[in-house]
Amino acid sequence: MSAPYLAATGMTGGYGKADILHDCTLTVERGQIAVIVGPNGAGKSTAMKAVFGMLPLREGRVTLDGEDIGALSPQERVRRGMGFVPQTHNVFPSMTVAENLEMGAFIRDDDDGIARTMDQVLTLFPVLADKRRQPAGELSGGQRQQVAVGRALMTKPQLLMLDEPTAGVSPIVMDELFDRIIEIARSGISILMVEQNARQALEIADIGYVLVQGANRYTGTGAELLADSEVRRTFLGG
Amino acid sequence: MDLLNALVAVLNFVVIPATAYGAQLALGALGVTLIYGILRFSNFAHGDTMAFGTAMVILLTWGLQGLGIALTPLPTALLALPVAIALTALLMLGTDRVVYRFYRRKRAAPIIFVMASVGVMFIMNGLTRLVIGVDEIRFDDGARFIIGVADFRRWTGLEEGLALRGTQVITVAAAALTVAWLFWFLNRTRSGKAMRAYSDNEDLALLSGIDPERVVRQTWIIAAALATLAGTLYGLDKSFRAFTYFQILLPIFAAAIVGGLGNPLGAIAGGFIVAFSEVAVTYPWRKIAAYLGWESDGLMQLLSTEYKFAVSFVILIVVLLFRPTGLFRGKSV
Ligand SMILES: Nc1ncnc2c1ncn2[C@@H]1O[C@H](COP(=O)(O)OP(=O)(O)OP(=O)(O)O)[C@@H](O)[C@H]1O
Ligand SMILES: [Mg+2]
Repeated sequence: MSAPYLAATGMTGGYGKADILHDCTLTVERGQIAVIVGPNGAGKSTAMKAVFGMLPLREGRVTLDGEDIGALSPQERVRRGMGFVPQTHNVFPSMTVAENLEMGAFIRDDDDGIARTMDQVLTLFPVLADKRRQPAGELSGGQRQQVAVGRALMTKPQLLMLDEPTAGVSPIVMDELFDRIIEIARSGISILMVEQNARQALEIADIGYVLVQGANRYTGTGAELLADSEVRRTFLGG
Repeated sequence: MDLLNALVAVLNFVVIPATAYGAQLALGALGVTLIYGILRFSNFAHGDTMAFGTAMVILLTWGLQGLGIALTPLPTALLALPVAIALTALLMLGTDRVVYRFYRRKRAAPIIFVMASVGVMFIMNGLTRLVIGVDEIRFDDGARFIIGVADFRRWTGLEEGLALRGTQVITVAAAALTVAWLFWFLNRTRSGKAMRAYSDNEDLALLSGIDPERVVRQTWIIAAALATLAGTLYGLDKSFRAFTYFQILLPIFAAAIVGGLGNPLGAIAGGFIVAFSEVAVTYPWRKIAAYLGWESDGLMQLLSTEYKFAVSFVILIVVLLFRPTGLFRGKSV
């Protein structure tokens, strides 16, 4: 078996003196969905930032497609095919939906390709087509999350990282978003996502990580974690 | 007839001067608001940037005049503008390199940037005085009047005269063109959109692959252009004195804040609101009241012109108390 597409191994580090992450490891295979769950403050967002180079690591390695990317800035990682949707502040509020998507394509200069990706994004999220000219800040929570995911898709990533994409959206919209995420993964894009709705997320996960206090507590396929009575009792509410 | 006279007097003493002044303030406020929106601090050195830019225009104008080059009937200063803007932009970029970049890398708090800009203000102030001195300089060599008072009276047979100076028309035309260009740039070009994206959400701009240093450089260059243009138009309209540009900082900030800091449209509206308030409050209305059949013993002047800056202060305080984000929903101060 070849090395995973993304391998972040032994990540240790934090924002200041105290470490938040302790020997945390996350890997994603090509075209797979990897899900991180865990209690509030477990360091899930911190782990995502670390993978994206937004947090200095004291120890650990991050490789993408076998190449060490530890020294690259976030912008350089975007150019290497990584897309990131942060947990909060993930749109440009005063810019229109169309402009948000355009900004996603900022690093690309193939106008035809950009137009094609734009079409794909608008097919994936049809609401956005109707709201093209509306500032993203005026949209509902669910629509805004779609803009955020759409913007990241416009960078044409090979790996899409989503930090709680369904936060604050209604259950119906949540199901929709999960469906869209599965669709994105089917198109060959690897997905690494943090989810608060652990049960639903693990149901679609090829691999799941339960993170507690910055360390891996449980790791397994989504089905395995859902079947594990320990995990169910402590993290899935029975 | 008296009604017409009153109308002409209002046009001549209030509307025309306030429109020109408003356009100058609007350009100044645009620079302030742009820097606030993108670099996230109130740049106290903006007034002295205007002074420096204008000083460059004056030196170049003298140079051109020395060579016998003129732009009649337009002021030679317009010919000097592009090079002066380039020189001012270089100074801005240099200042950013040695002062602001350091704090940006440290992600310093906005108040630290403001303090740094106060330091920059003093240095630029000294620099300007060093290169051009402290005396009053008139450098408008274009056609003085488009409409003269005597001509106007002769044409209309009215008692009141009306004057329209060339610099006033140039001011409004130049401001309109610049604003149109700026909005086109911000809303239609890739670079302009990247600037707005950076202003909206710096981190997400990074995640979209936008180069922050490039955005910052563009901002300084545009700010230098706006400052030099605003300063030159003001200097052509009135006269140049290094320290008046320090004073004009107050109405400029008032304009930017009234409109909503970080909002370009607001800066323009704010410029005209402040200018019209200032002129209207300091203008003696007795004559106009008399035309309308209302004799008065007093001058009917709310504030004497020495206190004109109080107008900006009052506007500022009212806005900050009741609508801190300004009329056009800028960022809260
Ligand atoms: N910018 C920051 N500076 C300093 N400490 C931070 C910062 N962001 C988060 N922390 C701390 O790091 C720890 C982990 O936070 P993190 O946001 O990674 O948790 P999380 O698992 O994403 O939680 P949530 O489910 O609420 O999103 C918390 O103790 C938090 O207080
Ligand atoms: Mg989080």
